[in-house]
Amino acid sequence: MGRYVARRLLQMIPVVIGTTFIIYALVWALPGDPFAGRCGARPCPAAYVAEMTDKYNLDDPLPIAYIQYLGNLIRGDFGETFQGLSVGEELLRAYPTTVKLALVAIVFEILIGIGAGILAGLRRGSYIDNLVLVSTLVVVSIPVFVIGSVLQLFLGMRWGIFPATVGSDDSLYNLILPGFVLAALSLAYVARLTRTSLAENRRADYVRTAVAKGLPQRRVIGIHTMRNSLIPVITFIGADFGALLGGAIVTEGIFNVPGVGNLIFRSVTSRDGVMVTGAVTVLVLVFLLVNLLVDLIYGWLDPRISHG
Amino acid sequence: MATTQAGIAPRPDQAGVTPLLEVENLQVEFRTRDGVAKAVNGVSYTLHEGETLAVLGESGSGKSVTAQAIMGILDSPPGFVTGGAVRFRGQDLLALPDDERRAYRGRSISMIFQDALSALNPVFPVGWQIAEMFRVHEGLSKKDAKQRAVELMEQVRIPAARERAGDYPHQFSGGMRQRIMIAMAIALDPDVLIADEPTTALDVTVQAQIMQLLADLQRERNMGLILITHDLGVVADVADKIEVMYSGRIMEQAPVHDIYAAPAHPYTKGLLESIPRVDLKGQELSAIKGLPPNLTNIPAGCEFRPRCPYARDICKEQRPPLAEVVPGRFSACHFAQEVLEGDIEPAQQ
Repeated sequence: MGRYVARRLLQMIPVVIGTTFIIYALVWALPGDPFAGRCGARPCPAAYVAEMTDKYNLDDPLPIAYIQYLGNLIRGDFGETFQGLSVGEELLRAYPTTVKLALVAIVFEILIGIGAGILAGLRRGSYIDNLVLVSTLVVVSIPVFVIGSVLQLFLGMRWGIFPATVGSDDSLYNLILPGFVLAALSLAYVARLTRTSLAENRRADYVRTAVAKGLPQRRVIGIHTMRNSLIPVITFIGADFGALLGGAIVTEGIFNVPGVGNLIFRSVTSRDGVMVTGAVTVLVLVFLLVNLLVDLIYGWLDPRISHG
Repeated sequence: MATTQAGIAPRPDQAGVTPLLEVENLQVEFRTRDGVAKAVNGVSYTLHEGETLAVLGESGSGKSVTAQAIMGILDSPPGFVTGGAVRFRGQDLLALPDDERRAYRGRSISMIFQDALSALNPVFPVGWQIAEMFRVHEGLSKKDAKQRAVELMEQVRIPAARERAGDYPHQFSGGMRQRIMIAMAIALDPDVLIADEPTTALDVTVQAQIMQLLADLQRERNMGLILITHDLGVVADVADKIEVMYSGRIMEQAPVHDIYAAPAHPYTKGLLESIPRVDLKGQELSAIKGLPPNLTNIPAGCEFRPRCPYARDICKEQRPPLAEVVPGRFSACHFAQEVLEGDIEPAQQ
C-alpha cells in the first residue's frame, strides 16, 4: 500500500512537468506583443519593455525560460502577474471559493443523484423510474450555460428565492444556486449510474444468498445490495470532485463566483501568461492527488482490488 | 430412518408420520417475452429426517427451480409459483405471508449453491457473512457471533479458521469457499439442507471432500438433504432415493440402488448408459439423442417421446402419469414394466 502510493506520487512528476511545459509553451507562443496596450493609449516605453522582457525571461529560448520558471515553482514561487500581483496570493484567495462551490455541488450529487437513482433502481418501470429517466435525459441534453442562465433568471431574479450572483460574498447560501447548476450534469449521470448498478446487483447471486439466509428485506437491500451497487457511484463522484476542483469557468462566469475558473478566464482574456500557467499547474496537481485518493478509496470499498 | 417412501407425496395420515418436507404437485412458470415457460409441472416428493434425496436431471429440467420455489427465492418476476404446496412439518410455506415465511429460511431450510464465489458477497469478510446468521436470527453480539462463526469454520474443516475469518471470498480456493457456504447454511442447525449442484464447479478431488463433508454433517445433525445434481456418479454413494426430472416433471422415483441396477424409465436408462465406463473403453460413448423440449411449448403426449428409442404411437397421444411399477418404484412411462425388465425393442425408425 505504502509502496503503491509512493509509486503513484513518483509517476506524478513527469505528468506535472509535461503538462506545465505544454501550458507554458502554449501561453507564450500566442502571437502578438504581450505588452501591447498595457500603457494606456501610448506604446509602452522602451525601458518598461526591457525590464519586463528581462523579468519574464522573454529573450531566453523557451526551454531555458521554462526551466527557470520550473525552478521558481519548486521553491514555491509562482511569480507575479504583469500588474505586479503575486500569483500565489491570487490563487490562495480564489481557491477556497472553488473548493466550497465543488463541495456544494458534490452534496447535491450525493443527495439528489444517489437518492433518485435508488428510488428508480428499486422500482424499475414505475412512474418514479420513468420520471428520473426522462428528467436526467433532459438535463444531460441541455448545455450548462442554458440551465445556469434560466435558473438564474427565474430562481434568482424573477422569484428571488436565491441570490442571483455571488460576488465577493461566497457564503454557502450564496453558492446554493451555482452549486446546483454545477452539479446538474453529473447529478444526472450519478442518478442513472446508481439506478443501473442497483438493478444489476439486485439480480446477483449473493443477493439471492442473502434472501436464502432469511435476512429481512431492508437488510438484503440496505446492506448487501447497496454496498456493492455504490462502488462505481462513489468512484464516479470522487473523480468528478477532482474535476470540479479545477474550477468551473462557465458556471463561475454566469454567477460571478470569485473562484479559480473566473480567475483563469480573466487571465486568459487579458493574456496574463504567468497567472494562467500558475493556476493550471495547481489544478493539475490537485486533480492528480484527488485521483490517487479515489483509487485508494476504490481499493478500500472493493476488497477484490489490490494495490500491489 | 425411512429410506424408501411409498407413494407420491403421501398424506400424513397415509404415511403415519408427518414428513419433514413435502412438495405436492408444485407448478412454476416463467413469464417471459417469448411466452410462458412451464419450468415445473406438478412435482411431488417427500423428505424425511436424516434422508438424502437426489434430484437428477439435465440443465433446464426444473430441478433448481423446484428448490428455489421451496426456499422462496425465485426471481419474481419472471418466476411464479402457480400451484401446489410446500409443506414443512405439515405447514404449507406457500400459504404464509412473506415475513412469516422468512423465519423458515436459513433456520428450518437452508441452501447452498453451485458457484460459491458469486453466491458469497464479495465485499464482506467470510466470518462476517457467517456471523450475520447469528446476529440477525439470534440477536447475538458482534463478538459472540464472530466466535460462533469461527467455530463453524472449524467444523467444516477450514484450516486456521480464526485467522482466515477476516479474509474475503476471493482469497479462498473453490473448495474452501464452498465450505464457507456450507458453514453459513448449517449455522442455525436447519432441518433441511438443499444443495444445488454443490460440487459442479470444483475439481474432482475437492468434489469428493465436499460430498464427504456434507454426508458427515448430515449424519451428525440428522438433517434431511436434498442433493440437486446432473452427475450420476455423485449421488450413488450418498443418496437414499432418487428423483429423475425431465421437462419439469418427475420421470422416475426409486431407491438409489434399485435405479442403478435396473432403470424403469427410458430416460434414466439413457442417462446411465451415457456414463463413461472403464470396461467399455475404446467404444463410442452412448448419448441421448436430441435436446430437451422447449418449455414454452412442451409437446403433447410424453415429454420424452421425441428422444425415446422405444416410443410407440400411444406416447404421442397420452402423457404417462407417474405410477408405481413395483412397490417403492415409480415411473412415468407407458412401458415402465417392459423397460424395467429389459423386455422391449427399440421402435422401428
